[in-house]
Amino acid sequence: MKNKKSFAPQEAEARPSRCPDNSAFKQQRLPAWKPQLTIATVLSTFFLTGAFCLSVGICLILSANSVREIQINYSDKCSDCSKLRENSYNWNIECLCSVDFKLKEDMLGDVFMYYGLQNFYQNHRRYVISRSDAQLLGRDVNVQRSYCAPFTTYNNGTPMAPCGAIANSMFNDTIDLFYNFNSSVIQVPLLKTGNSWWTDKNVKFRNPQSHNLSSAFAGTARPPYWQKPVYLLDEEDERNNGYINDDFIIWMRVSAFATFRNLYRRISRKRHFADGLPAGNYTFHISYNFPVTKFKGKKYVILSTMVWSGGSNPFLGIAYVVCGAAATLTGAETEVRVLTGVLP
Amino acid sequence: VPWLSWCLASWLLRPQSNCIKTSKYNIVTFLPVNLFEQFQEVANTYFLFLLILQLIPQISSLSWFTTIVPLVLVLTITAVKDATDDYFRHKSDNQVNNRQSQVLISGALRQEQWMNVRVGDIIKLENNQFVAADLLLLSSSEPHGLCYIETAELDGETNMKVRQAIPVTSELGDTSKLALFDGEVICEPPNNKLDKFGGTLYWKENKYPLSNQNMLLRGCVLRNTEWCFGLVIFRPDQIQADEHRPIFGFLVCMGVILAIGNAIWEHEVGVCFQIYLPWDEGVHSAFFSGFLSFWSYIIILNTVVPISLYVSVEVIRLGHSYFINWDKKMYCAKRRTPAEARTTTLNEELGQVEYIFSDKTGTLTQNIMVFSKCSVNGHSYGDVQDVLGHKAELGERPEPVDFSFNPLADPRFQFWDPSLLEAVKLGDPHVHEFFRLLSLCHTVMSEEKSEGELFYKAQSPDEGALVTAARNFGFVFRSRTPKTITVHELGRAITYQLLAILDFNNIRKRMSVIGEVLGARLGPGIRLYCKGADTILLERLHPTNQDLTNVTTDHLNEYAGEGLRTLVLAYKDLEESYYEDWSERLHRASGAPEAREDRLARLYDEVEHDMMLLGATAIEDKLQQGVPETIAILTLANIKIWVLTGDKQETAVNIGYSCKMLTDDMTEVFVITGHTVLEVREELRKAREKMMDASRSMGNGFSYQEKLSSTKLTSVLEAIAGEYALVINGHSLAHALEADMEVEFLETACACKAVICCRVTPLQKAQVVELVKKYKKAVTLAIGDGANDVSMIKTAHIGVGISGQEGIQAVLASDYSFSQFKFLQRLLLVHGRWSYLRMCKFLCYFFYKNFAFTMVHFWFGFFCGFSAQTVYDQYFITLYNIVYTSLPVLAMGVFDQDVPEQRSMEYPKLYEPGQLNLLFNKREFFICIAQGIYTSVLMFFIPYGVFADATRDDGAQLADYQSFAVTVATSLVIVVSVQIGLDTGFWTAINHFFIWGSLAAYFAILFAMHSDGLFQMFPNQFRFVGNAQNTLAQPTVWLTIALTTVVCVMPVVAFRFLKLDLKPELSDTVRYTQLVRKKQKTQHRCMRRVGRVGSRRSGYAFSHQEGFGELIMSGKNMRLSSLALSGFAARPSASWIETLRKKKGGEGSTACSPSGAADKTLKV
Repeated sequence: MKNKKSFAPQEAEARPSRCPDNSAFKQQRLPAWKPQLTIATVLSTFFLTGAFCLSVGICLILSANSVREIQINYSDKCSDCSKLRENSYNWNIECLCSVDFKLKEDMLGDVFMYYGLQNFYQNHRRYVISRSDAQLLGRDVNVQRSYCAPFTTYNNGTPMAPCGAIANSMFNDTIDLFYNFNSSVIQVPLLKTGNSWWTDKNVKFRNPQSHNLSSAFAGTARPPYWQKPVYLLDEEDERNNGYINDDFIIWMRVSAFATFRNLYRRISRKRHFADGLPAGNYTFHISYNFPVTKFKGKKYVILSTMVWSGGSNPFLGIAYVVCGAAATLTGAETEVRVLTGVLP
Repeated sequence: VPWLSWCLASWLLRPQSNCIKTSKYNIVTFLPVNLFEQFQEVANTYFLFLLILQLIPQISSLSWFTTIVPLVLVLTITAVKDATDDYFRHKSDNQVNNRQSQVLISGALRQEQWMNVRVGDIIKLENNQFVAADLLLLSSSEPHGLCYIETAELDGETNMKVRQAIPVTSELGDTSKLALFDGEVICEPPNNKLDKFGGTLYWKENKYPLSNQNMLLRGCVLRNTEWCFGLVIFRPDQIQADEHRPIFGFLVCMGVILAIGNAIWEHEVGVCFQIYLPWDEGVHSAFFSGFLSFWSYIIILNTVVPISLYVSVEVIRLGHSYFINWDKKMYCAKRRTPAEARTTTLNEELGQVEYIFSDKTGTLTQNIMVFSKCSVNGHSYGDVQDVLGHKAELGERPEPVDFSFNPLADPRFQFWDPSLLEAVKLGDPHVHEFFRLLSLCHTVMSEEKSEGELFYKAQSPDEGALVTAARNFGFVFRSRTPKTITVHELGRAITYQLLAILDFNNIRKRMSVIGEVLGARLGPGIRLYCKGADTILLERLHPTNQDLTNVTTDHLNEYAGEGLRTLVLAYKDLEESYYEDWSERLHRASGAPEAREDRLARLYDEVEHDMMLLGATAIEDKLQQGVPETIAILTLANIKIWVLTGDKQETAVNIGYSCKMLTDDMTEVFVITGHTVLEVREELRKAREKMMDASRSMGNGFSYQEKLSSTKLTSVLEAIAGEYALVINGHSLAHALEADMEVEFLETACACKAVICCRVTPLQKAQVVELVKKYKKAVTLAIGDGANDVSMIKTAHIGVGISGQEGIQAVLASDYSFSQFKFLQRLLLVHGRWSYLRMCKFLCYFFYKNFAFTMVHFWFGFFCGFSAQTVYDQYFITLYNIVYTSLPVLAMGVFDQDVPEQRSMEYPKLYEPGQLNLLFNKREFFICIAQGIYTSVLMFFIPYGVFADATRDDGAQLADYQSFAVTVATSLVIVVSVQIGLDTGFWTAINHFFIWGSLAAYFAILFAMHSDGLFQMFPNQFRFVGNAQNTLAQPTVWLTIALTTVVCVMPVVAFRFLKLDLKPELSDTVRYTQLVRKKQKTQHRCMRRVGRVGSRRSGYAFSHQEGFGELIMSGKNMRLSSLALSGFAARPSASWIETLRKKKGGEGSTACSPSGAADKTLKV
């Protein structure tokens, strides 16, 4: 005992320098939650997940089924125009085409009109980067230093506004919808604004500052494939002209895949169309400008209603049901095995 | 090489720094040198290459900052780490660094610090200087360019070695000639032999082969040579086997597939699409486009092995090292030394150790001998008893016996059985005689610095222990002259006349003294005292001793069973006439010119006969604390322990028994002591045959013929039934390690449970380790404390040094150091096991998450024209590995615990997965990758299915690229977070913080990156403006994320559960079971063996050499004699002693017993 007593103070003095702290962290004794997979947790997880997935899936399928949608491939139907556009020398020859179709049922609620493109690789790397967001924000930038090449400037040095492959390839068909009502033809009123994201329209795209739009774009030229300069995209509506034109904005939001649809117009719910599109015969009048046959693409015009989950895509609903069923079955099988004693 | 370390090594290729003990940088050179060094690492160069690729616009599929941010981060962290390392190196090795050496610079010698010596410098060494670097000896002061070195710091050998310069350079004696020396040295990378070096010197258009003979290795000391010149050369460290790396192969493979895809796509589709998207300038063919796309995809797909892997591994290793340093349970309060991880790169290998090579002295034992028990006249003393007289359990020792009655007692001596002292006090004549023998029959020298302060200088520690015991029990050996021994017997000084010492040797295994004392009461006349090995002595007893012998033999067995070393004591009274006659013959024999040894031996043999048994002593070779328990646990953990010691065979075997490496349960202990190659081979063969015979008789499924025919000896020997042990001597080992026998030796040794190599040189220690490393492909660990263990420590994968001792060479060479052998079990079973487990879990998860992350690009390639378009935002790619997913997995890698630490000690079998490398082998690796790929498939195709023609609920776009990117990225982050949650078995607050924090950080950063403010500032960089708020407001997106998560995670849960239920690992079981205590009791081997008859090991063991007795009798080694040396020869001995006695008595204090009066007159 004597020895111990005489030793203790020495040790205490030495402790700070050599002896490790007795803290939970340093001694790896931190309090911790040690979860384990037990039969109860695993089974309940499976059953709960299964139930959740099944119910969500059924909801999704039901709501997707309530969507009415019509899709017309007009690049096939307007084959004459398609052929004409194959030759780029005919770029300034107008080509009109009308496509008739019949709505067997009413399309109630908001009806949206899309154009669809197939095999158009908007997600190609070189395509995706070929834009200048600074330019589209109305900044005065040197497009030569952007990724817009080769759609940056003309040989005489005039910069393109907007520059880049995306802008240059903008979809420029015009589609009008006519309702054949009692042998009279009524043009369906369409809304061309309010179709893009609010942030795009109000943050991401701005026109250059000037007293009027044409002077704002002075010293620039339209992209080579465009028929009119950017400040004439919508001559009627100042707030839908230039870079902040909705059609332009929507086009500039490149799609994830080569087959996609972009919102073109919304049906204005007025007069005959207050409840949506009534059943009957309709005609699309299309001014066919956008060549697709060259790259073996196809063009569609689509009319669709909407529900909370978007359009008519059934994939998510089916996937949920399958997943829910699988989870439930796995859970059930495990349960059975546990009950019959196969599993411990 | 274990797969795990191979993986790490090949991906994180980090050549070991070439200078171990000197710093590399100063403040000025730090940045460039450090950067240069870092870019020498394959990983960093690879990323630099990627960075360059990214700067080529045609290829760049990702912004340059996706690589540069992590790269700069890594370089910075590494630089900081290097800087701190270097700082400490500066500090701790100041003395090394400040050692000066003379460097020949432009014809003049200048003093340079060691660290500034460069490859190619010519330096001059002077006598007794340390060699500053690996040198090629050019010339020296000695003839023929010879020089002498001592390599103690390298291999522990203290003898001098000769090195010679090659003849052409040995003439370059002065600086002017040397300054013109412009040879070029090409060295081979060193092979595993420590003493091999191959190289060539090219000089004056001639080639000169170089060998180790021309080399002075760093750390040697120049001896007996005035000066020498040497050329500093650089010996490249052993380069990691640069085998093909599966990951890079995979990367290239993916790249090629996508490049071909791109070429085809551009040829078929892209050509037509050129109106909207013309090819880049310079790209004229689909083939070239494919070629460019290959590099673009290499850039994108490189994230399967991100830079952050390398950093994370380093951080985790560092964390584990700190845990080792911080471990209070590996802190030795006595020596005030905590454990220290001196290397950070080996922690996970600590969890895979299969072979431990241990030194003995200082590591297993304390090199302290303790008189522990004795048997006198059939009565055994020394058991620790509690108050009630029962044998006490260890740990609750009562007070030791109080020796205060004896002023000459050694205060350090402790004995717990008071009955022995009582017997002494009661005057039991047997006990008295017993201790008298101990105080007389030895070759210890005493030194009395001041009155009563005795120091014994024993040739072997066990002899010292015996004499010290006698001293404390009142029989104090005080001094000796060549012819007398003075003993204070219970306070009275008695001087015995020493007539003869019959010295110890290996054959006799005993020693005797013949002494005489005057006075009828104390001794009958001339008496022979003998102590020696029981086997020898018990045969030489007088037949009347039979009963006593039986009792004593029982005691001896008991002592041996406890691992104590025993000696038997006996005496014999000699007739004076007989002695005169014998003495005469002895005198003649010792003067005989031939066969002196034999004649002496015969005479000794004659007199040591018909002796009377006195009793037996039991000496404990004090083991380090907890050694037997540690060895038992490590053995249960399937770790094979080999003891490599320089000690004698007996000592080594004895220690083998006392630390339970060898047990009497063992079927057989093979002892190999052959002196020739043939003998050794024969002995090995016999050992193997015995083992095979035994296993054949066990009949375990194989026929003998089958076994013989099987070419692989291993498989046969691994099926050995029964436990065997192998003891091999140094000289036999030298033969066994020869190239044609080493495999045979190894196979035999590995079939044994325990291997003890005794009398081995430091070099042989290294060779044995090397042998196992070479053939066994197992992780080896060497532990030792002295300079002679350095080579072994350096050779083994993991070297452990015992710190807190005098020498620090072993510690300096080691990877880990601590002060007690017993900490090894904690280092391996707790720290090593956890490190391995954590590193495996970390790697599995890391590859999983990066494959899940990266492979999405692969699938997307098929939908974007193989254009190397990334799925994610570039910022997400930049931050994914360093922010969103790094910390949770890091926390898991640092903190995870599968079972509590106590359990890993209780269930040593938990260590086995590491040895078999079950947690991260190729299979596990591919499972991780498969899981990652599976996740990536779902991660891509579920959003693809949803987004094919999805719209928002207000009809606006949803299937745009940016929304898709955000959706996939979000589901990826959530899936991998859920996965880390599943993988984490030990959720500390830190894990919680990191996991939830990472998720929160992801969303915070996402919204920040997509905010208006950043876009206004850098419109071209932050193109995703407004995306997060638009996309993540959609129920469809959240449903997609939820579905992806469920589909990715549920199968994993199901598989994990099934695996847990159907094929549980031991650790799972341990986690589950609460019955641990009960089970564990049966697992433990019975540590204490009571009443078990063991094979007896008796005799001296320590380097007790012959001839010491003669030395004493001649008086040559007597320091005391210097007092009166002048007249020693001339005067009669008696008067000399008388003088001496008086002198001492006069000096003596009053406290001393009245020696003068009590002294007996001596007869000469």
